[in-house]
Parts: sequence; structure tokens; C-alpha cells
Amino acid sequence: MLDFFVKKGQATIDFVSSLGRSGIFLIRAIFGLSFSLKSLSGLIKQIYYVGVLSLVIIVISGLFIGMVLGLQGYSILIDYGSEQAIGQMVALTLVRELGPVVAALLFAGRAGSALTAEIGLMKATEQLSSMEMMGVDPIKRVIAPRLWAGFISLPLLAAIFSAVGIFGGLLVGVDWLGVYEGSFWANMQQSVDFQEDVLNGMIKAIVFGLVCTWIAVYQGYDSIPTSEGISIATTKTVVYSSLSVLGLDFILTAVMFSSI
Amino acid sequence: MYSRYIEAVVGVFIIVGFIALGFLAIQVSGLSMDSQKETYRIYAQFDDLGGLSVRGQVSVAGVTVGKVSAISLDKKAYRALVEMEIYKSVDNLSIDTVASIQTAGLLGEKFVGLSVGGDPDVLADGDTIFDTQSALNLEKLIGAFASSRSSL
Repeated sequence: MLDFFVKKGQATIDFVSSLGRSGIFLIRAIFGLSFSLKSLSGLIKQIYYVGVLSLVIIVISGLFIGMVLGLQGYSILIDYGSEQAIGQMVALTLVRELGPVVAALLFAGRAGSALTAEIGLMKATEQLSSMEMMGVDPIKRVIAPRLWAGFISLPLLAAIFSAVGIFGGLLVGVDWLGVYEGSFWANMQQSVDFQEDVLNGMIKAIVFGLVCTWIAVYQGYDSIPTSEGISIATTKTVVYSSLSVLGLDFILTAVMFSSI
Repeated sequence: MYSRYIEAVVGVFIIVGFIALGFLAIQVSGLSMDSQKETYRIYAQFDDLGGLSVRGQVSVAGVTVGKVSAISLDKKAYRALVEMEIYKSVDNLSIDTVASIQTAGLLGEKFVGLSVGGDPDVLADGDTIFDTQSALNLEKLIGAFASSRSSL
């Protein structure tokens, strides 16, 4: 009986201290980016791996999600004879919710897991500790550029996702189902507000970018340096990122849009 | 050589991202349209807004001339006070203009329609329109129709 409580207490202390460790890790990594030419070229390389290589999946998913929104929206709105509102529906859904959230979920699967595996393997092959031995701080050299790359990439990816999705909705709504293009854009422009909708969506994407990359690099850095440990860490990255994106999305939506 | 290629691709990625953001700002939210035009404010009091909301259109003869910028309750008269921003280019709304709340289509958005009168004096910044018509309340109308039918 006592043993049970000891185990539970130990697990709680482990959890809290791991949370604290990840917090300290985040602060060190954020302020660890030095603005020398060399480290900036490292950052650019990471943006390439994290952002540019995620473009294909983001663009294709965005297009299809926009098309599905157009199709579903049309079949519902036509019942009320207000199929012109399809532009408004597609744009608001994408800009406020689906753009940041789906981009972040795809990003966690596509880039986050790769980051965890890469850093975990670096740890397993003792590259990180040999860096430390050479007097190079691995957090500055390895973690900081990756964290910043994710932080910069995800808002851009979310904006691209929304824009492509709106074109998907345009393709289905206007070109295939025959909604008048003028009212498609006019309805959209009248109802979407730049500050209220677009900027709040971007703030969401920035928060998600930070959280997803933070979880990814921390799980990699804190993984058990065996092949099994890396596989556990990669799974944890995707699960934790997805859950925290969805949970945070609810909180941010409640804060941003509850007054409307 | 390889790193130059990566730099160029990343540059393109960032540019595309900002183009997407610009597209969302200008084409989707119509940002430049609103902010470019200078406006002046006029007020109107209504008995019943019937679902008019902030950012609703204000139009003369169907042409948009401004938008609803704020809605509040006049505590003394218990009437709705609507603040409207009208484009500076439309500066000849006569002082006896009638403001009415209208509906685009049967179930569409509510908007404020202004019908201009013939008075030579014009509305200036901060003026109030007193001659107003409230929203057509479909439920009340149906209720009145039903009760008048039953009394026949």
C-alpha cells in the first residue's frame, strides 16, 4: 500500500521536474540564438528542412480541405438559398480555425517527429555530449536554430494553407457549382476582418509553432538514448503536440472570439 | 553551392508566405478598401435594430457609403444608438435623410439604408438622424397577420 503512494509520488515529482526542465530548456533555447552570420545560415538550413519541405503536404491538404468546405458548405447553404455566403463560410473557417490548427497538426507529424528523431539520434550517438566536451553548447548550436525555424515557419505555412484553401473553395464553389464570383469575394470581404480574424489566426499559428517545436526538440533532447527510447520520444512528440494544439486552440478561441 | 540553393529556396518560401498573408489581408478581408477611405461619423436612433450588427453596411440607393461602427443603448430614451462611419466622398447627405434598417434578401444580412431628402443643409460629423424606421420584424408581422385573420 505504502509502495503504491511512493510510486505515485515519485511519478508526480518526475512529471513536475520534467516540466520545469523543459521550461528552462525553452528559455535557454529561445535566447540561445546568436545573430552571427554562421548561426543565421544554420537557421536558414533548418527553415528549409522544417518549413520548405512541409510545403507540399500543406498545399495539397489546404487545397483539399478548401474544396471539401466548398462542397459541404454549398450543399447546406443551398437549402436556405444563400449559397453566395459560401465565400464567407470557407474564408472564416480557414482563417480562424482550420488554417492554424490543421497546419500545426500536419507540421507536428511531418516536421516535429523528424526533429525529435534527429536530435534523439544525435543524443544516442553521443554527438551532443561530444559537442559539450569541445566547449560547444548543444542548445545554442543544435536546438536554438531548430526551435526558431519552427517558430518562423508555422505562421507562414498556416497563411499559405488558408490562402490555398480559399482557392480550393473558389474552385469548387464558383467554377464547378456556379456560385457568382463577385458575391463570393464580396461576401468574404464584408465579413472577414483583418485584425479580428486574420491576425488572431496568425497569433494562433505563432503559439502553435512555438508549442509544437518546443515539444519536438525537448522530447528529442530528453529521450532515452536507445533505439526504443527514440521511438517512444517520436510517438510522444506527435501525441503531445496534437493534444496541446487542440487544447490550446479551444482556450485561444475562447479568449479571442468569445465576444462575437 | 548547395547552401546557396537552400538559401534561395528558403527566401522563396518566406516570400510566398508573406504573399499568402497579404492575400488574406487584401483580397479576403478587404483591408485596404476600408482603411484608405476617410470617414466622418453620424448617429441614428432606432426603436428596434432587429439583428443589425457592427460592421454592417450603410448604403444609399444600394451603393455602400459606409459601415456601422458602434451600437449602444441610449439609457434615457431606451432606444438603440447606432454610430455610422460614412465615407468623406459622400458629403451631401441632406439633414432630413431617413435611416431605415433593411434586409438583403429574405434572410440576409441587416443593413442601414439611407434615403436622402431635399433639405439644402447637409449632415456633418457628429450629427444625428432623427427620422428613422426600425427593422421589419417578420415574426411580429406574421403575428399581426394571424390575429387579424382569426378576428375576421
